Amino acid sequence: MGQKLVVIGAGMASGRMLEHLFDTAPGAYEVTLFNGEPRGNYNRLMLSPVLSGEKTYAEIVTHDDAWYGAHGVTCRFGDHVTKIDRDRKVVISKSGETPYDKLVIATGSAPFIIPVAGKDLPGVVTYRDLEDTNAMIAASQPGAKAVVIGGGLLGLEAAAGMAARGAEVTVIHLMGHLMERQLDPAAGYLLQKDLERRGIKVHCKGATKAILGKDRVEAVLLEDGTVYPADLVCMAVGIRPETRLATDAHLEVARGVVVNDQMQTSDPAIYALGECVEHNKQLFGLVAPLYDQAKVLAQTLIGQGAAFQPVQTATKLKVTGVDLFSAGDFAEAPGREDIVFRDPGRGIYKRLIIEGEKLIGAVMYGDTADGAWFFSQIKDSTDITDLRETLIFGPGFAGGPKADPLAAVAALPPEAEICGCNGVCKGKIVQAIEGGATTLDLVRSQTKASSSCGTCTGLVEQVMALTLGDGFAANANPPMCKCTDHTHEDVRRMIKTLGLKSIPAVMQELGWKTVGGCASCRPALNYYLLSDWPLDYVDDRQSRFVNERNHANIQKDGTYSVVPRMWGGVTTPAELRAIADAADKYAVPMVKVTGGQRIDLLGVKKEDLPAIWADLNDAGMVSGHAYSKGLRTVKTCVGSEFCRFGTQDSTGLGIKLEKLLWGSWTPAKVKLGVSGCPRNCAEATCKDVGVICVDSGYQISVAGAAGMDVRETELLCQVATEDEAMEVIAAFVQLYRENSRYLHRIYKWVAKVGLDWCKAQVVEDTVNRRALYDRFMLSQSVYQKDPWAEEPKLRADFAPMMDLSREAAE
Amino acid sequence: MNMISENWLDIGALEDIPRQGARVVKTPRGCVAVFRAADDHVFALDDRCPHKGGPLSEGIVHGHSVTCPLHNWVFDMNSGQAQGADSGQVGTYPVRVSKGRILIDGAELARG
Repeated sequence: MGQKLVVIGAGMASGRMLEHLFDTAPGAYEVTLFNGEPRGNYNRLMLSPVLSGEKTYAEIVTHDDAWYGAHGVTCRFGDHVTKIDRDRKVVISKSGETPYDKLVIATGSAPFIIPVAGKDLPGVVTYRDLEDTNAMIAASQPGAKAVVIGGGLLGLEAAAGMAARGAEVTVIHLMGHLMERQLDPAAGYLLQKDLERRGIKVHCKGATKAILGKDRVEAVLLEDGTVYPADLVCMAVGIRPETRLATDAHLEVARGVVVNDQMQTSDPAIYALGECVEHNKQLFGLVAPLYDQAKVLAQTLIGQGAAFQPVQTATKLKVTGVDLFSAGDFAEAPGREDIVFRDPGRGIYKRLIIEGEKLIGAVMYGDTADGAWFFSQIKDSTDITDLRETLIFGPGFAGGPKADPLAAVAALPPEAEICGCNGVCKGKIVQAIEGGATTLDLVRSQTKASSSCGTCTGLVEQVMALTLGDGFAANANPPMCKCTDHTHEDVRRMIKTLGLKSIPAVMQELGWKTVGGCASCRPALNYYLLSDWPLDYVDDRQSRFVNERNHANIQKDGTYSVVPRMWGGVTTPAELRAIADAADKYAVPMVKVTGGQRIDLLGVKKEDLPAIWADLNDAGMVSGHAYSKGLRTVKTCVGSEFCRFGTQDSTGLGIKLEKLLWGSWTPAKVKLGVSGCPRNCAEATCKDVGVICVDSGYQISVAGAAGMDVRETELLCQVATEDEAMEVIAAFVQLYRENSRYLHRIYKWVAKVGLDWCKAQVVEDTVNRRALYDRFMLSQSVYQKDPWAEEPKLRADFAPMMDLSREAAE
Repeated sequence: MNMISENWLDIGALEDIPRQGARVVKTPRGCVAVFRAADDHVFALDDRCPHKGGPLSEGIVHGHSVTCPLHNWVFDMNSGQAQGADSGQVGTYPVRVSKGRILIDGAELARG
């Protein structure tokens, strides 16, 4: 009889290793196979089809009793090995001691459990073996609620499987996009969209705070306060090598059990393979390298020289109907270049990463037919210099048209709304054009599209270009920035029409030409998204200009100015004392009264900002947003309270307006003025919105300017009560928020859309006015918050990461 | 042993810097801005725009470029070279990430 070989773990790697061993040297070893699970080798990769109901367990068993019997394998399934005694060369398990000549550790990996309250509740499972799979199948009754924590490969397969069985599934993912280790943000966005189409809810940037429940799991609570009800929670945040036996036996263990090229551990009689090993500082989770290890170990065991060389691996997600491929290295790095191809209409994204003359990485979504070909170019390090021009089109390409900038519009269905003001859909416009409306004016007069606010003009022109072909010459309206061919107006309209709710979504669907946008389009997109989807979109701090990121105005020397809000320009001795104290405490070089009736502390160092805010907060003051594209100030005169000419309480109305509007983000800054009589001491008639109080009520005028351009406001309407004035003004600001392009002040926007159109929207149509007001208030429910009070958590971010100036000087 | 590898200074965790953001390290030769791109690549540049001295660490990070917050000069973070029509260069420092920690070449920092 041969030598005694003991194998701990009946996973995919050890199963494959035994096959090679028995094929090449039958009878060389007498094998004892231990497994913690009460069963033998099965194809763990196929658990996902079992979960989704596409396969049964019996179909994924790789080695059955007959096979073990035929090869004389002693099976110890369900018998946990508790110790390896290297001196006596025995393994110790529940059933006793088993001697070995050679030992193979194939303990695989253990799921990582995030240490939150409730992690041990019944109903919380991982996704590792058949027991977990069966628990998820049992819980996936139609209508049951399941939460998957972790949006990587495993988590998404679990989510898709449970959803296929009828459960309502929510995926919570810590990072900004799904599968961030395999996909870039654009492909992650497309994947999220596909999953959402299958009814799976995806919550990115979600950190789990606790799992709630009394006797079993009931819900998952996130750090941001969101609660998702759950009958079952699957934790799929990651795996780590299962190394406890090896560690206890004092084998060399780093992150995994350390092996050499022959899969040998630090003990010459002990070998290891699979997910539990570390080779050249690398861990392995995908199946291809594990099979290579199996082959190498089988050869090593029978004395044939072999060496394990990890090769590149490609990833595919095993979710039916989701086409995704990633291979190689797709991070940006010095000397690397990208080739990006997007076809928004068909939901296709391809990105190739090139270094020198070689293709080194590929990410594809939607159309992965060429994946294998790209993968072979990567593995073979093919010189792609000659292929480069057409590489992205794959192996079959031989010249063809360039990517079409009109693709996004072409992909819109006929019922897609183009003109929101007049409710005109694409089909109606196409009909009119085909009926002979060959100019914009004709389309306008026949369909009413683009005849109101005009922001959809670019889109109407694109529909015309598509329908008329070369026979159409569009007006020149410059694109938003060098990253795109679309104008601001087009982008705003498409965000609404296509329901785009993230920056990667916009960049993908509208065919952005750069990977991460630029300093010009990113703040604009961030604004458009937060203004259109206040409840769904999460503000992206890193897409904001420095002032809005640091809640203070950067000065030429890199210091900041701090301006607390003084509602309507009214302050108190206590507030003034607090401001004076803060100025002293932080050695503020200049204290200045601003044009907006408040006090500016200039020259504050960045690291002092959180502390000075906290001091001002303690005295009851909040950020004045003197740095924002948002509501700045409401300047008032003293009004009827004190002034002998005052007709109304202009100070009081100013304070009410400021309390109503503060915290709102707008395309550009917004300043108001309220004067108590036509003498206009608050200079209301050169503000974005000005109110002049008269005996009979309030004259509301808009679109003034006193900057690069100087303009007098124009009358919007006169109302009788303060309440009406507030509703009209909030509705007007909302109209501006929803329609203007980024960085256009109100006067520029009104010049474009016309004051008459504004009047029709907020004065004449009172239902629409109310709807605008309600949408403004909805946005305020999210965004009306004092950033200074929110900042304690950012305090550490504002400080230097490290101070080496003193140590190094010694 | 290799001189350089002994001088790698651990300045903090990768997670301490937001994606598409930056933090500064104070050094005897002024502030150094340490950037983290969307793809987790890390760069270290002098935190001073050659134009008017703007703090690059406060700029918007896009791809492997950063735009100065004061007057919108754009720099390639790999080379420190100004892009487009502007010409100028900021100093760069060797920096790398190992096991989630950011390491910067201390010898380069101390020189100066």
